[in-house]
Amino acid sequence: MSESNQVTEPPSGKPSVSRRDFLNEITLGALGVAGLGGAALTYQYFSPNVLFEPATTFRAGNPDLYPVNSVTFLQDQQVYIVRTTTGFYAVSAVCTHLGCITQWKPEANTIACPCHGSKFQPNGRKIEGPAPRPLPHYAINLTADGELQVDKLQTTKADEVLRV
Amino acid sequence: MATSFHTTLENLRSTRVWRSIFRRGPAITNRTRSLAIFGNLFLHWLPVKVREKSLRVRAAYYLGSLSLLLFLILVVTGVLLMFYYHPAAPEAYHDMKDLRFVVSNGVFLRNMHRVGAHLMVLLVFWHMFHVFYRGGYKPPHEFNWVVGVILLLLTLFLSYTGYLLPWDQLAFWAVTVGTNIISAMPFIGNKIRFVVLGGHIVGENALLRFYVLHVVILPLLAFLFIGVHFWRVQKDGGLTLGSKEHDGKN
Repeated sequence: MSESNQVTEPPSGKPSVSRRDFLNEITLGALGVAGLGGAALTYQYFSPNVLFEPATTFRAGNPDLYPVNSVTFLQDQQVYIVRTTTGFYAVSAVCTHLGCITQWKPEANTIACPCHGSKFQPNGRKIEGPAPRPLPHYAINLTADGELQVDKLQTTKADEVLRV
Repeated sequence: MATSFHTTLENLRSTRVWRSIFRRGPAITNRTRSLAIFGNLFLHWLPVKVREKSLRVRAAYYLGSLSLLLFLILVVTGVLLMFYYHPAAPEAYHDMKDLRFVVSNGVFLRNMHRVGAHLMVLLVFWHMFHVFYRGGYKPPHEFNWVVGVILLLLTLFLSYTGYLLPWDQLAFWAVTVGTNIISAMPFIGNKIRFVVLGGHIVGENALLRFYVLHVVILPLLAFLFIGVHFWRVQKDGGLTLGSKEHDGKN
């Protein structure tokens, strides 16, 4: 045992790393690991797992409620239900710029944001303004009892239409 | 009258209790005047001596001291407002209305807090511009300039977190728009917004988080940095005075 120890020591007889440096580095390393772990735990703590927020899926009633070629604003859900000659789609009413609620202007056939003046077509495509992206389309389908149902967590392509 | 007051003071100073608190003698010599500052926790970060020039109004227009004064006013009025405020929906809005219309002198305190906050932002900016145009960011004041920038940010964050607390439409949309600016950050923006709000929308979690930031975390940080800022003014050799001292008009 002691013989092999002597072999590994540098020829000067002094260890290349002093005990103080070794302990300093071990302690700093441990503190660093603990700090990183603490930061991760703190991030987890501040990300809630259960949210008491409004449901993201909702029923929008019977399709017959919506006339052909109409845009209907559902205030509680902040969604436009658009019915064209081919069918239905649901467009978010939340402006993609900074989250204000847009308004449907039937006389101009546009969706307009009151905050910073962004304008969109009824299909969500951007006409002008600071908004960086078009208004997203939400997944829309029919329930078993024939009502429209919108899922605000699922976005779909702008050309997808629910035929009824 | 004056002599009897003097005698009472002398008698008070010779009591054991007084001498246990102020161990130096009366501040009548330069040495004991210095000790009065050095030996006092609340004064020791102030300079023992100042140049007469630094005391002129035009030296800095007392902008830093006035900012501190406003901060202290905001702490006092803020703590008083806390006695009638629940950081929960929908109580927060009703509490704010109660403070305005029901609680005695509540409207005075609330407006003092509100106007004081507006004034503090104004004064802090004015202070910063004044220091900037005096060259107060140059050596040896660079460190204190950075501390000042941190204090400016803390002032703005305090304003912004306080903005949500009335829980009215203005508060809701201001914070909706403001936190959407966070989510414009690439990759991590949405995650940071989620943690700041405690959810996807500006709801009760967000109100409580902003409240805790507003009444505990940010004021403590502000106290800390204000202490460093004032202490450092002295350590860096006092106020930055103009290269040629203007007397009177300029």
